[in-house]
Amino acid sequence: MDYKVIDGLKYTRQHEWARQENGTAVVGLSDYAQHKLGEIVFVELPDVGAEVEAGKSAAVIESVKAVADLYAPLDGKVTEVNEALLDQPEVINQDPYGEGWVFKVEIKDASQLEALMDKPAYEEFIIKEEEEE
Amino acid sequence: MRKAKALLFEMGRPGRQGYSLPSNDVPEKSLEELLPKKMLRQEPLELPELSEVEVIRHYTELSTRNFGVDTGFYPLGSCTMKYNPKVNEDVAALPGFALMHPCQPEETVQGALELYYNMEQHLKELTGMDRFTMQPSAGAHGELTGLMVIQAYHRNRGDHDRNKVLIPVTAHGTNPATVTMAGYEVIQIPADERGNVDLEALKEVVDETTSALMLTNPSTLGLFEEEIVEMAKVVHDAGALLYYDGANLNAIMGYARPGDMGFDVVHLNIHKTLSTPHGGGGPGSGPVGVKERLIPYLPVPLVDKKEDRFYFDYDLPDSIGKVQSFYGNFGVVVKAYNYVCMMGGAGLKQVSTDAVLNSNYLASLLQKTYFIPYDRIRKHEFVVSAKPEKKKGAGAGDIAKALLDRGFHPPTVYFPLIVDEALMTEPNDTESKETLDDYARAMEEIARDIEEDAEKVAAGPYHTVGGRLDEVRAARSPVLRWQKE
Amino acid sequence: MGGNHYLPLTDEDRREMLKVIGVDSIDDLFSDIPAEVRLKRDLDLPPAMSELEAVKHLNSLAAKNKHLNSCTSFMGAGVYDHFIPSVIKHITGRSEFYTSYTPYQPEISQGILQAIFEYQTMICQLTGMDVANASMYDGGTAVAEGAVMGCGATRRSKALVSKSVSPFYRAVLKNYFNSRGLELEEIPIKEGFTDFSKLEEMIDDQVASVILQQPNFFGLVEDLDGVADLVHNHKAALVMSVDPLSLPVLKAPADYGADIVVGEGQALGVPPSFGGPLLGIMAARSKFVRQLPGRIAGETVDSEGNRGFVLTLQTREQHIRREKASSNICSNEALVALAAAVYMASMGPQGMREVAEQCAQKAAYAFEKITALDGFEAAFKGHNFKEFAVKVPGKPEDLNQKLLQKDILGGVDIAPFYPELEQTMLFAVTEKRTREEIDTLVRELEGWK
Repeated sequence: MDYKVIDGLKYTRQHEWARQENGTAVVGLSDYAQHKLGEIVFVELPDVGAEVEAGKSAAVIESVKAVADLYAPLDGKVTEVNEALLDQPEVINQDPYGEGWVFKVEIKDASQLEALMDKPAYEEFIIKEEEEE
Repeated sequence: MRKAKALLFEMGRPGRQGYSLPSNDVPEKSLEELLPKKMLRQEPLELPELSEVEVIRHYTELSTRNFGVDTGFYPLGSCTMKYNPKVNEDVAALPGFALMHPCQPEETVQGALELYYNMEQHLKELTGMDRFTMQPSAGAHGELTGLMVIQAYHRNRGDHDRNKVLIPVTAHGTNPATVTMAGYEVIQIPADERGNVDLEALKEVVDETTSALMLTNPSTLGLFEEEIVEMAKVVHDAGALLYYDGANLNAIMGYARPGDMGFDVVHLNIHKTLSTPHGGGGPGSGPVGVKERLIPYLPVPLVDKKEDRFYFDYDLPDSIGKVQSFYGNFGVVVKAYNYVCMMGGAGLKQVSTDAVLNSNYLASLLQKTYFIPYDRIRKHEFVVSAKPEKKKGAGAGDIAKALLDRGFHPPTVYFPLIVDEALMTEPNDTESKETLDDYARAMEEIARDIEEDAEKVAAGPYHTVGGRLDEVRAARSPVLRWQKE
Repeated sequence: MGGNHYLPLTDEDRREMLKVIGVDSIDDLFSDIPAEVRLKRDLDLPPAMSELEAVKHLNSLAAKNKHLNSCTSFMGAGVYDHFIPSVIKHITGRSEFYTSYTPYQPEISQGILQAIFEYQTMICQLTGMDVANASMYDGGTAVAEGAVMGCGATRRSKALVSKSVSPFYRAVLKNYFNSRGLELEEIPIKEGFTDFSKLEEMIDDQVASVILQQPNFFGLVEDLDGVADLVHNHKAALVMSVDPLSLPVLKAPADYGADIVVGEGQALGVPPSFGGPLLGIMAARSKFVRQLPGRIAGETVDSEGNRGFVLTLQTREQHIRREKASSNICSNEALVALAAAVYMASMGPQGMREVAEQCAQKAAYAFEKITALDGFEAAFKGHNFKEFAVKVPGKPEDLNQKLLQKDILGGVDIAPFYPELEQTMLFAVTEKRTREEIDTLVRELEGWK
């Protein structure tokens, strides 16, 4: 596997990850997704306080020649956004699961998180997607 | 040794001048006498101060850092970068065309109106449509105009629920962007395994909310939509209209006409098909033609003729209004008109014949080395997929840079999106067999180079005036103008 | 056959090529076009002309037109008869520029990219804005896109436009808004100026853009102090349409607090060409850069660390963002922008100021002389730049007919756009007009009924 997938995180089919943290979920882009996008040059963050909906676009990530929506993995209110990305969007490339987190959202329905893929499932999902290409 | 060129702002000296003006011969009044001080400029204008020689040398050097059709082969897919006849430039520059004011009385512009009138007749014959407007200034502007006309048609019939426009996955980016600008929702139609629009998928989504289907035929894959008649029927049966994006008309002139295929609206890119130059990005011109039932909605004014007199017709109560301040890019239409006069009907058919022949020939040569999906007869362009090369370490973008080193402008890269590592290649009608042979040899060489040392290819180009440019840096910290330090 | 000199393939070539392709005939290459849509006859176009014949034909058409070299022009309304230095056509006539496409491959397009970057810089210097794009189609489409841009930036869907903005631009704006389902209201005018008391009543927190023109359509310089505060209090964007050639002397839009600056750039060394190609100017404050439509050149470095230029922030554009792009614009007016850049570089700050001053002085001279004539009076009281409206004693059409006999292109009749302003004409006077030409015009007007 050329891409880092971390234990303890939940993954979506659109390649977001979510990590539970004191009643909120921290959301970011997977290592696979950042590889596919290439060098990230701009991030459009949601407003703090905005309601996001599972499966709907909540942020926009841009590389030089591609634009990707970052879909919310679950419903809820945005409690915090990673403003450091506005000046240094490349942090997502460097540390997608750490400093490169994008926003935090209040967990309304924990089952939405549980329904997402875990590490082995996501790894399998990536391998399949790679094969299809 | 590569070197950057100084900017205008880094040249010149205070007090130097590059202009001459007659002196003012009316009684002089100071600006302060003419205008209140608070309406006057506060900070003096900061522009470079240069002599005429410096200006000329600056831009002459810049021109040597630029590649045009006159420099070499330019197979940029869907852009139809054919030779731009020199005489077109001469006639467009005639004072009787270039120096006309748009508000002149009609009797002083009879020659211009006659030209517009004649051009309209020619475009009608070329496309099988019933009327044309020359007002749109470019292809995308024509698309917007066309969708506005379609929208007005539906609205005028009290048909207000048609809020969707269908576009195939192979469409130019301007199509979906135009759909949004016209206030519509985009519905994307997939392609079938032969590269055509998936007719079954089309049937599934067409309904009473469909306003139009926008189609480029032949498509950006260079493939003719073989089921066009059936598609037109499906769309029309649902009460929707068919829009023809004329970007690829160079493939079929004299062989088939959008009007006969069932299209209700077309736009042409006369800066592609009809030989006018692209000017480093523009100006273009995107005349829009429609079928009879859509004429009432065209922008005003139309050009008409009564007895021997040509006139502007503003009497279109249902017209969408205007899309440009005046009558379109007249200066560009003059050039295209001259081209049509020189080519004639048989000549234009020969243009398409040679464009398609060149494309199929070049594809046959490249097929020995490269993967070209959708193996069938092509029209004026074809798409190479550099996916196998990418796996070796150098993809479509790197092949493009390697072509620069060999004196060619590369094809359109990474488009259409349904082909991985796409190189959309359009050799067009004004290229000789020798040029195509040279290009094919260069492509073979590049394939060999990738085999031997992909990393080296990926680090090119090596022989251009500048090395590969850092686009990431440009986008991350945008510097969009020069500023004094 | 005509046009053969543009088609290099010989019959021998064609035969060889068909063989390589592996088909028997040209017809086989078109076999994918269904029979029912095949054109089964020849195109019915006039017979092909040789180059000589075509030039003769085009010359004969051009000869039927009057133009700014055969007449003395006082026409304006957005397109003006300014001096065009000879250098411009020699630069834009270099085919490395004019036969190139949009600079997608920066390594072989540094020439046009740097020229665009310099153009953007000079537009910023003129307007006081932070960013400018590589051009829009013309003034009208620039106004429309500027207003739409304000909607995108504020996420609102309503604009207010002054009736003193060119009716040509408002027609385009109206159409763009109508199609997209955006709301547009017109701010009334009072004696030739935007009625700002009405703007105060009309503006609310639904308004995205307020569009004004300086100088306005009647050539009047509007008093815009404080307007930006009003607009910004409602978190709307102030869109100003300007004549770039007024800016060497008139207050910069940035100093009025404008957020987006648009306009017609034809005055900057571009022939009028019967209304196109023209030059749409588009500039803005840096916070709007992601909503800016069209191409933008940006500075970067190459692999050796040398300065170079690329098209940047392309994710705004249609070829990447598709239906979510800031606009559908693809082809623009790059070569016309190049002409404008060469104009500004040649004229420099002194030359541009001199042109603007002469315009203002000559217009003032003509205004004084014409309004002193019996039956002619100023349509409005105020300060004009290079254009002014005059009430005339009769039908403008008839007056223009009379002037035409003396090879004078008179004023633009504005009644078709402002029915309440009957018998009113708009005269433009540029630096090209001499005192003698103005005096001749005045003599012809004198005693006309």
